[in-house]
Amino acid sequence: MLTYNTLIVLLGTGLLGANAGLVGSYAVLRRRSLTGDALAHAALPGLCLAFLAVGQRSLPAMLAGALLSGVAGVAVISGLIRATRVKEDAAIGIVLSVFFGAGIVLSRVIQNAPGLGNKAGLDSYILGKTAGIIRQDVLLIGGVSAVSLVLIALAYKEFKLTVFDPGFARVQGWPVFWLDLMLMGLIALAVVFGLPMVGVVLMAALLILPGAAARFWTDRLGPMLALASAFGLVTGLAGTAISAHSAGMPAGPIIVLVGSGVFLVSVLSAPRRGVLGRALSAWRFRRELQERKLLRLLFDRAEADRPALRPIDRSAILQGPSGPPRRLAKALDRLIARGDVVEPSGPGGPIVLSDTGMERARAVARGYRLWERFLIEYPEQASAMADLSRESVAEVLPPDVVRELEEALRKSGQWPEDGTGGRSS
Amino acid sequence: MNPERNPAPRPSPGPRPGLPAWRIGLAVGAVSAPTAWALAASDEIGRWTIALGIASSVPCALLGCYLVLRRMSLLGDAISHAVLPGIAVGFLLSGALIGPAIILGAMAVGMLTALLTQLLSNLGRVPEDASMGVVFTSLFAVGVLVITNAARDVDLDPGCVLYGLIELAAIDSRPVFGLEVPRSFGAMAFALALTIGFVTLLWKELSLVSFDPALATAVGISATVVHYALMAMVAGVTVAAFEAVGSILVVAMLIVPAATAHLLTDRLPRMLLVASAVAVLSAAVGYRLAVLWNTSVAGMMAVVSGGLFASAVVGSPRHGLLGRAWHRLALSLRIAREDVLARLFRAEEESPSRPVASGSARGWASSAAGRLVGAIALRQLRARDFIRADEVDSVALTGPGRDEARELVRSHRLWESYLSTHFDLPPDHLHDPAERIEHFIGPALRAELSAELDRPDADPHGRAIPPEGTGNG
Repeated sequence: MLTYNTLIVLLGTGLLGANAGLVGSYAVLRRRSLTGDALAHAALPGLCLAFLAVGQRSLPAMLAGALLSGVAGVAVISGLIRATRVKEDAAIGIVLSVFFGAGIVLSRVIQNAPGLGNKAGLDSYILGKTAGIIRQDVLLIGGVSAVSLVLIALAYKEFKLTVFDPGFARVQGWPVFWLDLMLMGLIALAVVFGLPMVGVVLMAALLILPGAAARFWTDRLGPMLALASAFGLVTGLAGTAISAHSAGMPAGPIIVLVGSGVFLVSVLSAPRRGVLGRALSAWRFRRELQERKLLRLLFDRAEADRPALRPIDRSAILQGPSGPPRRLAKALDRLIARGDVVEPSGPGGPIVLSDTGMERARAVARGYRLWERFLIEYPEQASAMADLSRESVAEVLPPDVVRELEEALRKSGQWPEDGTGGRSS
Repeated sequence: MNPERNPAPRPSPGPRPGLPAWRIGLAVGAVSAPTAWALAASDEIGRWTIALGIASSVPCALLGCYLVLRRMSLLGDAISHAVLPGIAVGFLLSGALIGPAIILGAMAVGMLTALLTQLLSNLGRVPEDASMGVVFTSLFAVGVLVITNAARDVDLDPGCVLYGLIELAAIDSRPVFGLEVPRSFGAMAFALALTIGFVTLLWKELSLVSFDPALATAVGISATVVHYALMAMVAGVTVAAFEAVGSILVVAMLIVPAATAHLLTDRLPRMLLVASAVAVLSAAVGYRLAVLWNTSVAGMMAVVSGGLFASAVVGSPRHGLLGRAWHRLALSLRIAREDVLARLFRAEEESPSRPVASGSARGWASSAAGRLVGAIALRQLRARDFIRADEVDSVALTGPGRDEARELVRSHRLWESYLSTHFDLPPDHLHDPAERIEHFIGPALRAELSAELDRPDADPHGRAIPPEGTGNG
């Protein structure tokens, strides 16, 4: 089933994907995803020039040429941005298309020139030919991956700083320019070796997809790099396997589509940053808000006739001016189910806070009144505060301010003291 | 550098100072001469190829201007890649490489690209560049898959889609009114007419959305609708140009002429004209060079437009590297000259009889921008008869030089007084800012400063402020 050739191809694409995922993560984090794309396009003229210079298909020469012209393309981009009024987007587009045009001109010249040795293979740099991977390629990709891995391991902290806060890194005295160049060089290496396998456009996808997908699952760089490499590996392996098993399915596009699948799954289902996860937590939060509101209303009622605790009618709470009653009624059901609210005279009858419910209600009322008081006393701060309802007061405000607010509430008799309104008192 | 600011938009801009006729003539000549030569040097097929190139690249260049201005060039790139599945599916459905089905399919996919990119970066919180990269590479992969898999038996190979075959497009012709017209020329001419119509009809809306989307929304023009209309048009012209130049070189047609024009002019109408001119030139010259070297026409067109862009980067009068270097040099020279004049004036003021050694004058001239600039500045001063060198190796101000110097010193000391009274700066902090700003204070500002300070006689250091130019004093 698994022939030697298939194994070689699998190894090659898997390693390529893992390496692209590793270095591509930095490109994604540095907001340079499309620079990788430009680099892949810009490698073409160098490839052809090397071919013309050497006169035959020599892998090292062509790769060196591709590397040089790819890096030259990136240098032109940053030069254009720095020295002219051309903006980044236009600079990337210009370099990408003009270099690629030059590459096509040169490759046509090569094709039309008689007697230029073995001229096959240039086309594969554009569309990619995974089936052509041989043992030598696997060794090369393995070497490149090892170099990337070692460099990233050695300069992990420096790269991290460059990627997340280049300004700070510069102030700290790190050679940000050279670190950036080194990262670009690693990306260029990955691109140049990937080109003959998956082609120009799809190489960009291999750089971007694993990193962008991994970003959804974690907020830490180390795990993100590991995850991106794993995604890249899986993408390469699965794509190759699928394309090997079905006729007429070129591996390049399939690999990219598998990568998009991984990305899509990540976008949807990553626990904290994913679309579904965020929708779920928003829904939970809305439910919790309803419950808190209900507890607060019940506490306000109980406070009015303390120290006694009188059961009150459902309708007295639910038909307030605040909120849609249906949601509030559901929240009440949940509170009853949890035992925070009890119905002394049977289901559907009057309701009253239980002991635990009173504890929770008091905490809610305290937080609410502290925020309220804070907004009254420091209205100018309101816009600077984060989402007020989500955080507890003590986490956001300094302790002395909280104490001051507490005092103010105590003086006006609004502070929910321990034991007030409780059934036990 | 317009000092007055108009808060309200003027109802009519009024007559603007136009370009001098010789410059317009030069520009027209620079475009039409090579084009005419290229047309004359080519045979029938070659002329049609050039015409096809022009018809496909001019609409791209026009729309590209808006993309470049809105910093959305890469969305053009993304769309031109992403329309591939639209083209493939349209081709499978209709069986023709150019036709309404393909154009519609591609426009739909183009808008889908813009929409998905937006959606991913909003809903999924992916950085915009990454979301663009994800969307267009995935769609491109789908397109390659459809083409290589389903369209293997029909006449659509990936190579054609990627690099275009403008050379062959001109051969496949049919007679129209007795003239052999290439089949695809009709579609491209239609795309050109449509683009010109789109830009003229939505001129106001497009301009406003390009420069100030918030204002556009405030006055009731939906920036979103205009945006998606523009994206649909970009997808449309991309497809029309596709057969000629392929999916990647379309990017060159969209972005490079527009970026070149943006370096050459600051006005939108001129930018559109210049971009079209660059497109025409690249098509014509690109074809001739491709014939010369027996290579890809589409690639050569991209390379020529890249060359035009590079020359604009270097040689654009206002935004080019040379132009800016020249401006900086001129400024350095002026500052060096004025520094020398002002120093001489002060030296004369302190001890009118003592001559100033020419060595110290050289030092003053070189202090701002180096010795070379200093030497040139001194030479200029002598040539303009502002200073004269005596036989005993000393320099002195001439009459006109003294007038010039007096104004500078007056600017300097007025500014010092102004800083001292209005910003409460201590006396030892006054000289440096005044030394920098004195070169940029004109008579009007001097009059204003003087009035503001109740016509002072002396600066905060107690030195006399010389009177405004009253001839020889």
